[in-house]
Amino acid sequence: MTDLLERPVQVTGGGTTLPRAVLEANPPKRPEVRRSNGMRISDLLSFVGAAVASLSATIVVFTQLAPLSGPIAFAALFYVIFMLFYALLVAADESAPVVRDRIVLVAVHTLALTVFATLVFVVGFSVIRGAEALPFFNFYTQDMSLAGPLDPLSSGGILHAIAGSLIQIAIALVITVPLGLTTALFLNEIPSPFARFVRTIVEAMTALPSIVAGLFIYASFILLFGFDKSGFAASLAISVMMLPIMIRSADVVLRLVPSTLKEASIGLGGGQWQTVWRVILPTSRSGLVTAIILATARGIGETSPVLLTSGFTAGLNVDPFHGPMVSLPLAIFEFVKSPEPTMIARGFGTAAVLMFIVLLLFVIARIIGGQTIAKRERRADRFRAIGSGFRSLARWTTDAAASALHFFHSRITRMRRPATPGPEKDGTP
Amino acid sequence: MTLQTAPPDVARRLTTVRGTADIAFRSVARAGGIIVLAIMLLVGVFLAFRASQALGVAGFSFFTEQAWEPDAGKFGIAAVLVGTLLIAAVAIVLAVPLATGTALYITEYAPRGLQRFLIGIVDLMAAIPSVVYGLWGFFFLQGTITPVSRWISQTFGWIPLFSVDGVDPNDPLASPTVYTSSTFIAGIVVGLMITPIITSIMREVFSQAPLGEREGALALGSTRWGMIRSVVLPFGKGGMIGGTMLGLGRALGETIAVYMIISPIFVIQPHILQAGTSSVSSLIALRYGEATPFGTSALMAAGLTLFVMTLIINFAASAIVSRSRSGASS
Repeated sequence: MTDLLERPVQVTGGGTTLPRAVLEANPPKRPEVRRSNGMRISDLLSFVGAAVASLSATIVVFTQLAPLSGPIAFAALFYVIFMLFYALLVAADESAPVVRDRIVLVAVHTLALTVFATLVFVVGFSVIRGAEALPFFNFYTQDMSLAGPLDPLSSGGILHAIAGSLIQIAIALVITVPLGLTTALFLNEIPSPFARFVRTIVEAMTALPSIVAGLFIYASFILLFGFDKSGFAASLAISVMMLPIMIRSADVVLRLVPSTLKEASIGLGGGQWQTVWRVILPTSRSGLVTAIILATARGIGETSPVLLTSGFTAGLNVDPFHGPMVSLPLAIFEFVKSPEPTMIARGFGTAAVLMFIVLLLFVIARIIGGQTIAKRERRADRFRAIGSGFRSLARWTTDAAASALHFFHSRITRMRRPATPGPEKDGTP
Repeated sequence: MTLQTAPPDVARRLTTVRGTADIAFRSVARAGGIIVLAIMLLVGVFLAFRASQALGVAGFSFFTEQAWEPDAGKFGIAAVLVGTLLIAAVAIVLAVPLATGTALYITEYAPRGLQRFLIGIVDLMAAIPSVVYGLWGFFFLQGTITPVSRWISQTFGWIPLFSVDGVDPNDPLASPTVYTSSTFIAGIVVGLMITPIITSIMREVFSQAPLGEREGALALGSTRWGMIRSVVLPFGKGGMIGGTMLGLGRALGETIAVYMIISPIFVIQPHILQAGTSSVSSLIALRYGEATPFGTSALMAAGLTLFVMTLIINFAASAIVSRSRSGASS
């Protein structure tokens, strides 16, 4: 604050003409770009000073004054004392609002760091504890039917769980994708009081706890109709859970299709079906795929509906209609019930595999979500341009990288932004 | 030249003649909507019907009885409901400050390049299966958090919520097992699980705070925190409340992470640091296998209560969000 005032101010107004001698003596400086969030040396000093002082004070308290122990207590005490010292140091040469600003700055950074560190740790913990099991090739190619709890990691694996998860989620997708997309189209393209009612019910069902979805299938499909616990029952439970989630996000995506595009299609004489098939679906394709993939990621990781409906087996079963079929989350749950270290390592390894699948789905969703018609056209143009030589190829790669980055961002923000208030859709179709 | 009187204007009747493809599309779409509605209503009606059998027997004592022995005619959700609410409360108390700080960091403080990366991380974390959080809670947190639990119960034990029965807080050799499997630990795990969900919604709302007002506040000489407090937070208030309530809905319904950590008991357990608690969803996971038809219907009643609670919370959340200035962003 003070150094700004002490700096000599250069007056180079547009209308003022300075004598040549003066101009030659001190030539006009280019206006300096103001740094809005730079760090001054005093900021750094007060930060480091507070840290050192707090560290010293904490060590004194720990070793001489209070009967405290443990790293958590140390970190907590250090943090509290650090905040006090930092506030004092900043208060020495700043005003009260600036002191508050600094304290919040530190607090927000700490909170964010805590969250990201903990989340990364949660994920990393599973991978590290499972690292024992992951390098074994048989972990991915065998099931547990011939491996007991005491067997080493070199026998037995989770092939049955991987196969079960894939089969169950495939059946669930076969059920939910056609129903979900048709319903989302119905909600958007055929507006009526009835459609609004359906939308309300679907939104209500997104609140259905997943265990209750499992209990419903258990009580109806298995107890009432007398079917066995099977992969198909698990798929039904997952479908009941996934369907509202998918409809809701597909509904949001379809609402984002610009009404000008639809009007242009109708204006050119296209019927409703042609508009849907040639305009609405291609425009929202990437968003719809993202909605499906995110619902899939949610469905594949759910344990509680599967726990009630699929039964448990240690062997590979690829027939979804007969016999129990285990999936990845359920396998994790059953593995870690055992006190044997190898079984627990298998459980963590399974968790790592499950997270890898979720991550893969997520990356695919992001890549597809970053595409639109305009983007695909641009890319096609660029491919045509490649023929003209290496220079255009080089430009294409840099351009593609830049636009991919830009697109990634703009697409995400657009997808998450609410529908722009367009014309009321509830009047005429 | 004679004046011709124009015929009176008659509104032209608009008729829509739909082609075969359109009619087929409309009927297929409508059929899809009807099927989905039928499935959803079937779930709701079936739940309500089966639950009503148990509710009819138990009457109002369903909400006041603590034990869960449906076949002896003595069952109620007083204990499990209190457990569910306490776990969710701990989760919310932990998750809301963390999520607010993280969302503010992403929108206001993070460097631009990092911002996109962090948004991706938060969204990915919201999709991490709950069983993974459960593993972490059971194998790592359970052992690490015990000194903290002990310290809280020693220091704040005079508050009934934090007291622990059957242990002398000043005995350093006391067994740490009284502090494991508690509401507190389950609440921390669930809180971490819902933090990315709440963060994602809050970040979305904060980033929509109007640029003009932000710049106005800064131009009037406010600090960054002054700008956040006077522009961003008031603008995002509805989204913050809505996001918190959506997180609360998830926290109430969470099953597997809670089930892995707690040791179930069926009395009202108001001491959050003490071993033993219960939740509606873990009750269902625990008892469905051995349940008689009537026991299943009692579990249905418990599930229905949970569903109605999350339903009310979700609708309240969406009402608050859509009425707020930041608009319907969820």
